[in-house]
Amino acid sequence: MDLIEIRWHGRGGQGVVTASELFAEAAMQDGNYIQAFPEFGPERMGAPIKAFTRICPTPITIHSQVYTPNIVVVLDPTLLGSVDVTQGLGTDGILIVNTPKDAKEIATMLGYAGRLYTLDATKIALETIGRPVANTACAGALVKVSGLVSMDNMMAATKEKFREKLSEKAVLANIETIRKAYEEVSV
Amino acid sequence: MKKTIPDIELMERGHQACLGCGAAHAMRYLLKGLGPKTIAAIPACCWAVIPGVYPYSCMDVPLQYVAFETTGASISGIEAALRAKGKKEGTTVVGWAGDGGTLDIGIQALSGAVERGHDVKYVCYDNEAYMNTGIQRSSATPFGAWTTTTPVGTTKAWKLSPKKNIVEIMVAHDIPYACTASVAYPEDLIKKAQKMKDITGPCFMHIYAPCPTGWKYPPEKTIELARLATDTCIFPLYEVTNGKYRITKRIKDEKKKDVLDYLRMQGRFKSLDEGAIQSIRDHVDFEWARLLRKEECFGEEQ
Amino acid sequence: MKLVLSGNEAAAYGAMLARAEVISAYPITPQTKIVEKIADLIADGRFKTEFIKVESEHSAMAACISASLVGARTFTATSSQGLLLMHEMLHWASGSRTPVVMVNINRAVAPPWSVWADQTDSIAQRDTGWIQYYCESCQEVVDTIMQAYRVCEDPRVLLPAMLSEDAFFLSHTSEIVDLPPQEELDAFLGTYEPDVRLDIDNPRSFGSLSMPHQWYPEFRYKIQEGMEHAVEAIERVDREYGSLFGRSYGGLLDLYRCEDADTVIVAAGSMCSTIRAAIEELRSEGVKVGMARIRVFRPFPTEAFRALAKDVRSLVVLDRSFSMGSEGAFFSEVKAALYPLSDRPDVRGFAVGIGGRDITIETIRSIITDSLRPDTGITAQKWVGLRRCEE
Ligand SMILES: Cc1ncc(C[n+]2csc(CCOP(=O)(O)OP(=O)(O)O)c2C)c(N)n1
Ligand code: SF4
Ligand SMILES: [Mg+2]
Repeated sequence: MDLIEIRWHGRGGQGVVTASELFAEAAMQDGNYIQAFPEFGPERMGAPIKAFTRICPTPITIHSQVYTPNIVVVLDPTLLGSVDVTQGLGTDGILIVNTPKDAKEIATMLGYAGRLYTLDATKIALETIGRPVANTACAGALVKVSGLVSMDNMMAATKEKFREKLSEKAVLANIETIRKAYEEVSV
Repeated sequence: MKKTIPDIELMERGHQACLGCGAAHAMRYLLKGLGPKTIAAIPACCWAVIPGVYPYSCMDVPLQYVAFETTGASISGIEAALRAKGKKEGTTVVGWAGDGGTLDIGIQALSGAVERGHDVKYVCYDNEAYMNTGIQRSSATPFGAWTTTTPVGTTKAWKLSPKKNIVEIMVAHDIPYACTASVAYPEDLIKKAQKMKDITGPCFMHIYAPCPTGWKYPPEKTIELARLATDTCIFPLYEVTNGKYRITKRIKDEKKKDVLDYLRMQGRFKSLDEGAIQSIRDHVDFEWARLLRKEECFGEEQ
Repeated sequence: MKLVLSGNEAAAYGAMLARAEVISAYPITPQTKIVEKIADLIADGRFKTEFIKVESEHSAMAACISASLVGARTFTATSSQGLLLMHEMLHWASGSRTPVVMVNINRAVAPPWSVWADQTDSIAQRDTGWIQYYCESCQEVVDTIMQAYRVCEDPRVLLPAMLSEDAFFLSHTSEIVDLPPQEELDAFLGTYEPDVRLDIDNPRSFGSLSMPHQWYPEFRYKIQEGMEHAVEAIERVDREYGSLFGRSYGGLLDLYRCEDADTVIVAAGSMCSTIRAAIEELRSEGVKVGMARIRVFRPFPTEAFRALAKDVRSLVVLDRSFSMGSEGAFFSEVKAALYPLSDRPDVRGFAVGIGGRDITIETIRSIITDSLRPDTGITAQKWVGLRRCEE
């Protein structure tokens, strides 16, 4: 069983849970079994929160929390000083951070020796969506870095997920965000 | 310069409310008015989370967390026991609950407590929905508002019934003192709190406490929005002492702002059409005229 | 149709697919999303139902009972404090023989405040005359809502049912859920047509005073009879559902790898899936262990436990609740069910996951290791993983 566990860090109101679900839904389209869930507990606007995604080619028979993620995605760079984002992440893992800084600088700051990628997801979101919501951009970067889902399925999942909640224009802006993030994150 | 707000701080820094939370201001001001000899009871609501997670607390007065529907009964118990133990003198017992805990699930216990005449102060901070559970409608949610249980959708199913008038319900209980207050007018709020402290018998305060998370406006606009609520006469400030009405923030006709200024600031009203906005305007005008008449007919003798 | 749904969303879809005609519910963490999703489905014109947004859970249940007496299919959902506040009306629902279906999110009870998984809330309702299901996956939530209406509305049963799902572990976890076609579900469920109801053409009273020498004990006895019929109905409906939609859940007691097991873990709720994973690990190490998942707690699967007990050496019972001054209800009731047998397996009890403390594969492994130790003569239930003050 090749179970992949992803942890998403952000703040309440930044679409962290949505990102965890979106990525799961894209992985489902590839025929995987999935789970997505938020950190368990009350959520306050602006407070640090986590969400999780599990992806597995065989049925997932586990309902406990995630302790040793394979991948960590940080949506909000202001968390880096206060939240231990690499907790439980091995050096064979992957860390993606939304920041204008380069990967080396962040690696030194966090003392993390595994694969680390940075992208300015907030800037991308401002250019495409017009609001600093980094969730879909980070998901786009994860598509490229992890190779876990195809871009086509990511696009399909995005359309499906936001169809009812967002205007057509906003859905397209999110798709554009994902594409841009995919292109900009260098592997 | 003379200070208009007491220095004493009974709510410390380090609370867990969202940025710009009106309810956080409301508690801070209330305690400045009630003073340190206060025992508080708080039911399920945002304020059951705001003080902090065990073993931390931002509160410098004794506090019992109580079940959602029980605030009125719980403060009755505290007050009766203080009397039984000869310790009531000089101690203020306050119940502090949200609009849901007051106007909905807790109205039975509240009605019982004030009707029995306990010497308790009941304060409702009103953010016009169930915020702790994530923005569901309450009977304090105004007509026209979006909430997650009045989600508008394709069928325009915003909140259709009007806001329940809790102060009038309290006045109908013939209690010594009932009032409204707002976080935009702290001096007025504190004065009313001090007045409640000095009255023996049940008192009720209804505080307007904007919620950026639930109303969908930027957190820095809380005070501006609260002021606008009063300046539009959507939330007038007044008090009823032994049945006598007194408006404590008079809004002159020419200074009265249009409800649209208020509605436009908040995402929760963004779907409203002209017809709905006009009916809100009419309703506010009607209620304001009614309040003016009450003051005229049942005001304190000039 | 395959969707990604959380346990809460699955419950809302379940109510819609069952065509609940009156819904009366009140929000509470972590159940809130059920109420919100239903409101969304209605606001978008997808779900035609009367939704009463009541002012308390007590009223939620009271409204459901009366609506059911008029002949409407009713649905509600709650959790923890809300379920406890309903307690009076839970008795009222079974006493009125109204087939209300309710989803309860298992959450710890206050004080201290806690919103995390714990089964004390529903276990505390075991004597209210409600059928109690415990679900393990979001898929099972939807499927069980369908099954529950069929069972409850069976004229020989006519009792309410609650389905429990663990807070967050299920309520907030999104999984793939396959929704059967509406027409097929309609055919499976039919409509609710009670013989007697509040009806101006046939005036009757419901629930009037009954003296000790009259019919009170007989009314109560009829509830027990309904429960006895429910045993058969639950098994039958689960099998029928399986043949129609390809998914069934073992009726009352869901057995997993018990055929050659020496030790069988007894548990309910979301921890059961983690237990499945632990069993795979232990089996690969040569430990012959299986699981009996309590899918239905009321009526209690007495006969199924007796049948199971014939072939196993020991039962390890896990309770995510505790009856203070006694022991966990599952532990007590499993032992009581086996008492008449002359050759009984060893039964050990553990209280685990209280207040939402996580239950991992590791937790299950350590419990099994612990219970495989030679009998120390200790029969009391053990609390797993308690912290000490120095920590
Ligand atoms: C009996 C019961 N039902 C439901 C709840 C869940 N609950 C907790 S707080 C809350 C809403 C509180 O709303 P309000 O009183 O307006 O306070 P706010 O959260 O808006 O500050 C609800 C429904 C509960 N704790 N107990
Ligand atoms: S949700 Fe609203 S009332 Fe509650 S803490 Fe946040 S801002 Fe304050
Ligand atoms: Mg409120």
